Amino acid sequence: MRPLRALAAAAAVGVLALTACGGGGTNTPAPGGGLKPPKIDKLASLGAGEGEVNVISWAGYVENGTNDKNFDWVTGFQQQTGCKVNNKIANTSDEMVTLMKSGDYDAVSASGDASLRLIYGGDVAPVNTDLVPNYKDIFDGLKLKPWNSVDGVAYGIPHGRGANLLMWRTDVVTPAPTSWGVVFDANSPYKGKVTAYDSPIYIADAALYLMKHKPELNIKNPYALDATQFQAAVDLLKTQNANIGEYWSDYTKSAQSFKSGNTVVGTTWQYIANLVQADKGAVQAILPEEGSTGWSDTWMISSKAKHPNCAYMWMNNIVSPDANAGVAVWFGEAPSNKLACPKAAELSGDANFCGTYHASDEAYFDKVWYWNTPITQCLDGRTNVTCKDYAAWTQAWITIKG
Amino acid sequence: MSAPVSTVDKPAGADAAGGPVRQVAAVLHRRAGVRLGLLLSAPMAWLVVAYLGSLAVLLFSSLWTVNSFTGEVIRQPSLANFRIIFTEPVYRTVAVRSVGVALAVTVIDMLIALPMAFSMAKVAAPRFRAWLVIAILTPLWASYLVKAYSWRVMLANGGPVDWLLGGPGHGPGYGLSATVLVLSYLWLPYMILPIYAGLERLPNSLLEASADLGARAGRTFRSVVLPMIVPSVIAGSIFTFSLSLGDYITVQIVGGKTQLIGNLVYANIGAANNLPFAAALATIPVVIMIGYLVAVRRTGALDQL
Repeated sequence: MRPLRALAAAAAVGVLALTACGGGGTNTPAPGGGLKPPKIDKLASLGAGEGEVNVISWAGYVENGTNDKNFDWVTGFQQQTGCKVNNKIANTSDEMVTLMKSGDYDAVSASGDASLRLIYGGDVAPVNTDLVPNYKDIFDGLKLKPWNSVDGVAYGIPHGRGANLLMWRTDVVTPAPTSWGVVFDANSPYKGKVTAYDSPIYIADAALYLMKHKPELNIKNPYALDATQFQAAVDLLKTQNANIGEYWSDYTKSAQSFKSGNTVVGTTWQYIANLVQADKGAVQAILPEEGSTGWSDTWMISSKAKHPNCAYMWMNNIVSPDANAGVAVWFGEAPSNKLACPKAAELSGDANFCGTYHASDEAYFDKVWYWNTPITQCLDGRTNVTCKDYAAWTQAWITIKG
Repeated sequence: MSAPVSTVDKPAGADAAGGPVRQVAAVLHRRAGVRLGLLLSAPMAWLVVAYLGSLAVLLFSSLWTVNSFTGEVIRQPSLANFRIIFTEPVYRTVAVRSVGVALAVTVIDMLIALPMAFSMAKVAAPRFRAWLVIAILTPLWASYLVKAYSWRVMLANGGPVDWLLGGPGHGPGYGLSATVLVLSYLWLPYMILPIYAGLERLPNSLLEASADLGARAGRTFRSVVLPMIVPSVIAGSIFTFSLSLGDYITVQIVGGKTQLIGNLVYANIGAANNLPFAAALATIPVVIMIGYLVAVRRTGALDQL
């Protein structure tokens, strides 16, 4: 419980400082000069549907049965509410933030490294949880967390969580790896066939590895890196670059690379592992001993939503026991709705699905560092140093790729 | 010239002095400059507003910065973006790499297009020429993405290219060479067509005269053909060079971990949401292209176009 609580507390401190609402112990200037989220009213009551809803989602979150007829939580919703769902798949959190800024979308499945940026950018509105009947069944461990709320105001509906995994080709990579070391080893026997996630947030994966293997750096939180720690992570990634075959952000390309053998080891999502295994690719994916980065996703509603009623109905649908179970099984993550477990067990054929994915297992998620937005105010609570913010991470990521 | 004009104009002017259309017509008739100006104003407006205007906006916005947390654009001019581009070595590396790729693609296309265009224009029977041109143009009708993704499949580990070269792992795989290969394939028609057009205008009699004077094929090519088609080759090279310089999709699909300028621009728009920095980066290819065009102009090749 300790790391998670530390993270939560640290992030809460960061947010407190960010909102400059004083009271707390911190008096260092907040990034952007003491920002408060723009005042945006939440929807007071639900009206009739507008006929359609435009959503941005991670691949596999909005399935209408075309990939597999057992996985369809769109068709029924469209028939019931008359809201046609137009889905746009985004590959990275940055893409989601950019798309949301366009104002053309009503709802988004944002991870922790996007949600705060959206809240403080005024791109999303607070959510009136009374209008989402299924909200009451969501695990309490996911409600009103630092990445989906500000000052006790909910900005979204928790959707599910999971970890970034280490995947390898079982016919090439022997012995089976148990540590992220296999992707960071400078003398890797798999030179030119290693892959990594193509986003600045991947720097946190290197930081997490250093956290366990270079204790002298004293990294407490992979999203709170001061100049020295940050440089160590960047150096590690520059070493890794020599072994990288390609960086992936497009999940279909990653699946194809693992299938053809252009890539034999690297970071992945359970969803990609499922795709490759369904295609008879010899791969296996695990949560390595160091733990991993991961996500805890939140459905948020745009402050400029043109179809707010349909968006609320969609948010209620996506966390309903059936749809939430469908997403959890299809994407390979832990559901957020406690009533989703029986349905997920039925869909997956795993009677203990919620156990397998550690749905309410906080000890397991202690090893998972949810994606978070790095800010100059260190998220681990240190006040004597400044941390590298996301802009610095972005610049560094370009340098790492060279 | 002015005398007959006035004799024709006078009676009409006397009849319908108040006819506005007539008056305008008369003014336009007398002032050739105004006439030309009006005629050109629509295309000029398009050129200035849509073309140069967008370039100006690009330059202006490259001086702005972005709030790193909320992503809001701060509209205060500063040279911060350019300072980063000039001080961080990675941007120099990527710019040099992009120019290298563009040059390599241009040279490869030139080497392939010269003999192909020559055989199309001079060797093939005239009735086949139209069909050969159609055959060259057909790939342009297929989607760019379809072609790039088919190359991804062909270049995959154990794919057809590997197989041709002797088994899995023998091919180039994904990377810089794959990028050059696929770009050369994609832009080849843009090199062949201008050279073909140039060769078609070259009279056969010149080749015959050269042969009559005892020159062998190589000498004829160097002394007669090449000097006359240099403008066409340069026209083609402008296409292949600029298209390669701006490309970012092919390199994403087959480039492995390679980054070109286009990727950096795309990453700053799509991922980092830093439009001003993307604008600053986008000025690099603009400057390179201006340099290239000036160099081409110096050779005198543009005068003959």
